[in-house]
Amino acid sequence: MVERSKVRVLVAKPGLDGHDRGAKVVARALRDAGFEVIYTGIRQTPEQIVESVIQEDVDVLGISILSGAHMVLIPKILHLLEEKGLKPNDDILVIAGGIIPPDDAQELEKIGVGRVFGPGSPISEIIAFIDENVHKLKKFRPA
Amino acid sequence: MIDDLIERMLRGDRRATARLITLVENDEEKAREIISKIFPRTGRARIIGITGPPGAGKSTLLDKLIKVVREEDQVVGVIAIDPTSPFTGGALLGDRIRMQRHSTDPGVFIRSMATRGSLGGLAKATNDAIKVLDAYGCDVIFVETVGVGQIEVDIVKTADTVVLVTVPGLGDDVQAIKAGLMEIADVFVINKADKEGADATYFELNLMLDLEKERWEKRGWRPPIVETVATTMKGIRELWDAIKDHQKFLKESGEIERKRRFRAEEEIKAIVSGKIARAIESRLGEEEVSNLIRGVVKREIDPYSAADLILEKTLGVKP
Repeated sequence: MVERSKVRVLVAKPGLDGHDRGAKVVARALRDAGFEVIYTGIRQTPEQIVESVIQEDVDVLGISILSGAHMVLIPKILHLLEEKGLKPNDDILVIAGGIIPPDDAQELEKIGVGRVFGPGSPISEIIAFIDENVHKLKKFRPA
Repeated sequence: MIDDLIERMLRGDRRATARLITLVENDEEKAREIISKIFPRTGRARIIGITGPPGAGKSTLLDKLIKVVREEDQVVGVIAIDPTSPFTGGALLGDRIRMQRHSTDPGVFIRSMATRGSLGGLAKATNDAIKVLDAYGCDVIFVETVGVGQIEVDIVKTADTVVLVTVPGLGDDVQAIKAGLMEIADVFVINKADKEGADATYFELNLMLDLEKERWEKRGWRPPIVETVATTMKGIRELWDAIKDHQKFLKESGEIERKRRFRAEEEIKAIVSGKIARAIESRLGEEEVSNLIRGVVKREIDPYSAADLILEKTLGVKP
């Protein structure tokens, strides 16, 4: 397992809804689990999020959306990541949370989101998902 | 791999730059290789430390400062440091929130770092990360320390100019920052200067400086006090002017040479003591050494004499 304190996670809130309680709870819980968490605040554009991912060299991007715009914003973020040469599941793990209906979740998981965590997901599931998958990223594979 | 990353960084690739910072932070062997390769390209950037107690408004102030510096078309690097939990090893890095509008500006590179066990207000790999940003081409590098109390003064070993940010109403606030912090400031900022008590804080700081007249007269630089309201930009240009004045003073007085010498000395000392500590730690398991430890437990030998013997055996240093 990759040492958690060397795993960097960016928690991002794209779009216009300002409800960041959930994002903050997740950010804190991940910190308490021993990860290095960067929180960038509310109302971020996909461009800001992707630039932050690059400058912070994070391994996990957690996206929180409650506005209903997830089928626009998340594909846009994935597209920008790929444009910058960051392949989901290879260079970066992308996870999402918020109010995302199951059909949409399935669709998002097809296009590069590692896992969508719906309301009521225990934090331990998110942590377990990161632990199980982060070592598969190029960065942590032995050269 | 490292040569490729360095080459890409020198061409302005931000992903490569970010990865190099990760490597100097995570991997000592690689840090050594990276720094030795980029070192000839460093030493150009001006390094400005922003320090002060938690909640003084350091990140917001920095956000506005970046704006002013960018108007001069200079490339800006930011290293923003927040604490690592000593219990879990985790960290929540939130300084970026206040500076996010600069994240898509190609002339600004912001990196959050966690202290990872370092106690002086900086992250362990701060100096190496600065060198990466310097080689990348930053003209100005701001280092925002963790929110500090009185003794986290490592920034003085790192920055050319130290800006100490305080706010009105910290109680007897000058007392609170007197001991170590007061002495390292090159520029004082009273942020949130629209709050009640700003005048009193100004008065107290000024008085404090008057009392230390001898010290700064000898140095040739009396730290100016700038009042700011970061949220409305008030005083930010004056602050940048004060920082530039200090940079000019450093150059004209030759103080910059003295600072660089001091910094190199401190850096080498830190590397040497790290190496010695590791050399000794790696032998703590050995028979001879563990016998000595047992001896101390049994009160057969005192810890000072045991330490002398270990030093002599590991490094051949006679006490």
